Amino acid sequence: MSVVAGFIVPGRPHPLLAPEGNPGWASLREAFGQVREEIERIQPDLILLYSTQWVTIIGHQMQADPEPTWHLVDQDFHELGTVHYKLRMDADFAHDYVARAKKRGLTARAVAYRGFPVDTGSVVALSLLNPDNKFAAGIVGCNMYADRAETLILGKAAADAIADRDLKTVAIAVTALSDRMWTDWIDPADDRIHSLKDDEWNRKLLELLAEGRLEDVAQLARTFYEQAHGDSKLKAIWWLGAVMGQNNEYRGKVFDYQAIWGTGAAVVGLTPDTSVTGDLEYDEDDVDFYKGDRNVLVAKSGT
Amino acid sequence: MSQGRIVAGCLSPHPPHLVYAANPARNEPEATGAGAWKPLTDGYAKLKARLAELEYDVVVLHTPHWKTTIGHHFLGVPHFDGFSVDPIFPNLFRYKYELDVDVELAETIAAEATERGLVTKMMRNPDFRVDYGTLTSCELALPNPFGKPLCVISSGRPYFYYSDEVGDREMLALGEATRVAIEKTGRKALCIASCSLSHRHFTEEPDDPEDPRFEYIYNASQQAWDERVLRLMAEGNCKQLLAEMPDFIQQSVSECKDGSLTWLLGALQVPDYPAIVHGYGSVIGTGNGIVEWRPRA
Repeated sequence: MSVVAGFIVPGRPHPLLAPEGNPGWASLREAFGQVREEIERIQPDLILLYSTQWVTIIGHQMQADPEPTWHLVDQDFHELGTVHYKLRMDADFAHDYVARAKKRGLTARAVAYRGFPVDTGSVVALSLLNPDNKFAAGIVGCNMYADRAETLILGKAAADAIADRDLKTVAIAVTALSDRMWTDWIDPADDRIHSLKDDEWNRKLLELLAEGRLEDVAQLARTFYEQAHGDSKLKAIWWLGAVMGQNNEYRGKVFDYQAIWGTGAAVVGLTPDTSVTGDLEYDEDDVDFYKGDRNVLVAKSGT
Repeated sequence: MSQGRIVAGCLSPHPPHLVYAANPARNEPEATGAGAWKPLTDGYAKLKARLAELEYDVVVLHTPHWKTTIGHHFLGVPHFDGFSVDPIFPNLFRYKYELDVDVELAETIAAEATERGLVTKMMRNPDFRVDYGTLTSCELALPNPFGKPLCVISSGRPYFYYSDEVGDREMLALGEATRVAIEKTGRKALCIASCSLSHRHFTEEPDDPEDPRFEYIYNASQQAWDERVLRLMAEGNCKQLLAEMPDFIQQSVSECKDGSLTWLLGALQVPDYPAIVHGYGSVIGTGNGIVEWRPRA
């Protein structure tokens, strides 16, 4: 068993704390609900999150407190209220993940401290996707200095740890797409994507994701970041791609796309499926071992 | 009511490592005392001794670790009682705090800032966790860390969303708003900018974080910039420092990009008198200066 589904979800608190503020925020909350149902159907052993809002410096940190419990108030949106959270982590997995990350040359550590401030993105995602802690979760942070290579290796290390214990896993990237916020207090009813350019880039990414072309999106991340103020260089997509195998072989589904305070907030699902995509000439068969010419053109034409 | 004034301004960086090294009862972890940060702990001891002789009513502090995108926020709850864990260095900083806030002054600064065209917001949620930059700077710089009420200002994002030049202009306006509010409310205020200078971190940590063999400024160019900035402060040439600030920020990955130092210089009306540099040293590769200005009465 490995990663049986991947999702991309936004991490700002509005769908959790103020869905009534804007029809888009309410719609996102509904989309979270649909993903929650999918997860219920999967019955995973583990929900593994990468959150861009947990910023790290010393290598990579994995949450290893079995039951992180505290209250969260967002730094910007404190007026929306307090989230009292009690989460359920797979602490053993966190330690396994650390070991696997170290084996691949990364600096990593498990953190388990009373009162540790779990980030807004993780709390929002787990509150909406796993509200009763039915499934054990894991969280890994976003190193502010990590480049693409380091982030890919972090994803591969997660895949190693998942494979070691044969865990049926749902991987979740908690990230915005475009991340340009309004810098003034707007009427929530007037919320929209900050610029047409950001919106168009978001829609192009979602078009590719709907086709299940996760690796193509990961390859586009640097350009997207430069053009559309991507969230944390879109590292979460690099990580998700690496955990899920760095290919384009998924069934993609865009559950929703809305603005949250100007940023691009999308709920996307990706299910591994070798039959539907990955059939373009330049699609890699395997990123670790060469398995010969895939003869795509012949296969396509049926001759 | 007599006119208030700023009685001192301090650059007081907030590496949690220094709190860890000091082993206060409020902090859970216990340090080995290996001494990696001695130039800074000595510097803070000197600053603390001088501030012990100073009379002030309130500490006004600008912090890079309360990051707000929608303008500049102010703590607006009279009392906080909480527990802070640094999300980046939780092994070093798990700290119990209890502090009072000068809400009237905060509201006055916010009003003055709004009048100058800045976006502001009062933070009224009593569950809010006070950021560890604020706590660290108070613990390190003040003889009685939370003996006086605080007025805490968040770090807006104009540098990141627009440019360093725009950020500096906004922070100078916020500094002016701070000074005017202090004068109008009759406070004697100690103003603190809670930031490092150069700010590139090492991404690894030795087994003993306090092991001095692993501690130095990340690279020589950043150290050269830090030394230049400190020299300009010591010479009383903050006008020149402001002129060079965008270059300094860009070329040394400076935490001044979060606006604290420019805010302080604005509040002090861009000092043309010498500052006292109490100490300079590195923490996990970043450059940190402990500096004090005493405005002329």
